[in-house]
Amino acid sequence: MNKTDVLIIGAGPTGLFCSHQLGLIGLNCEIVDNLDKVGGQCIELYPDKPIYDIPAVPECTGEELTNNLIKQIKPFNIKFHLNERVEEVNKVKDKWIVKTNKHTEFETPNIIIAGGVGSFEPRKFSSEECEKYENHSLFYLIKDKSIFQNKTVSIFGGGDSALDWAIELSNKSKVNLIHRRDEFSGAQSSIDKVKELEKSGKVKIFTKYQLNSIKGDENIKSIKIKHDDESLKEVETEYVLGFFGLIMKLGPILNWGLNLNKKTIQVNTENFETNQKGIFAIGDICTYPGKLKLILSGFHEGALAARGCFKYARPDEKLRFEFTTTSKAAQERLGIKK
Amino acid sequence: MPKITYIENNGNSQIIEVANGLSVMEGAVQNDISGIDADCGGGMACATCHVYVKEEWLDKLPKKEDGEEDMLDMAYEPKRNSRLSCQILVSDELEGLTVSIPLKQG
Repeated sequence: MNKTDVLIIGAGPTGLFCSHQLGLIGLNCEIVDNLDKVGGQCIELYPDKPIYDIPAVPECTGEELTNNLIKQIKPFNIKFHLNERVEEVNKVKDKWIVKTNKHTEFETPNIIIAGGVGSFEPRKFSSEECEKYENHSLFYLIKDKSIFQNKTVSIFGGGDSALDWAIELSNKSKVNLIHRRDEFSGAQSSIDKVKELEKSGKVKIFTKYQLNSIKGDENIKSIKIKHDDESLKEVETEYVLGFFGLIMKLGPILNWGLNLNKKTIQVNTENFETNQKGIFAIGDICTYPGKLKLILSGFHEGALAARGCFKYARPDEKLRFEFTTTSKAAQERLGIKK
Repeated sequence: MPKITYIENNGNSQIIEVANGLSVMEGAVQNDISGIDADCGGGMACATCHVYVKEEWLDKLPKKEDGEEDMLDMAYEPKRNSRLSCQILVSDELEGLTVSIPLKQG
């Protein structure tokens, strides 16, 4: 059981900066995120896109912003639990007991939900029959590429994941690459490489096609793909891979007894606490009159939520407001040597 | 204000007056049209405001910018008349535009 003053759900910019604010007032925290890396939407959706509205930072990319936040919270040695999704939240006396899908458990008086629009999960094929084959002959993520050796693999998608896996698997498997249009969106070098592999017969490319149906029993035997002109083609294949990026799902948060408004959580604007005592929500996932989904709003919300956590984590102490420019305690926590 | 027709995925159609300058996505979200999630808030980063544009409108709309087609690759059942509604800005020329909302956004 991990005991912490605050558990933050979500390692995007809002969650990261909030951990800094907690550190400054002497509270410890741990952060859980379903992605395999820190940065949230900034790193997953737009690592290379410039952002122009971070106060006092005229221009930076999602990746630069994330790296700077990681640098800023370094003095606090925050413990991250990546690749884990919080599943259950239960109140026992005055503490929250939190469990993740990897069976990590936390005991904490405070939970701060900084989960963006939910956790990122792979987008799936639209056809429901795909579920039947999922995780044994149809995949959205690859954990063990050796199973594809000497088999026929049909890869759907036009981005970097689809292209990279087509290139990688073409060594030891027969690869079909199937995409809904002629243009691919991945890196030009990968597009060139795939086209080369097509010439040498190592990859077959089908464009303007999408998945129509799957034939098989336990395992996939063949698929039908449908052209833009509605014509169908049957392709023999043993495995199907779909790479359509990630989508955000609110998931288990729906079951925690929080007041929701569409896909967002209602909070007060004094300390961003929800209707559940000790559960706060900040960043894109919270809503209140006038809410703006901006990173700068998330920073503000995190600063106030951090202070809101203090009374539950240190019920016998009083929090004094201090500036980092002059506070000895804050500077010590930041590890500043004079 | 131009009138936009939204056909929801249960078949209901709603005619909404949307102010010039707003996007077709904002027109939907502000008027509680169901089926448009717009998770990223209009940043062309999520493909959850995907709509099908009525065929006769396809050529009348401003062309897709780079990136919109890439995002549509991720959308649920994209078709030739697929657009991201956050990228269609409402103007007088769009009076009568009809869009239908896919079964799901992902």
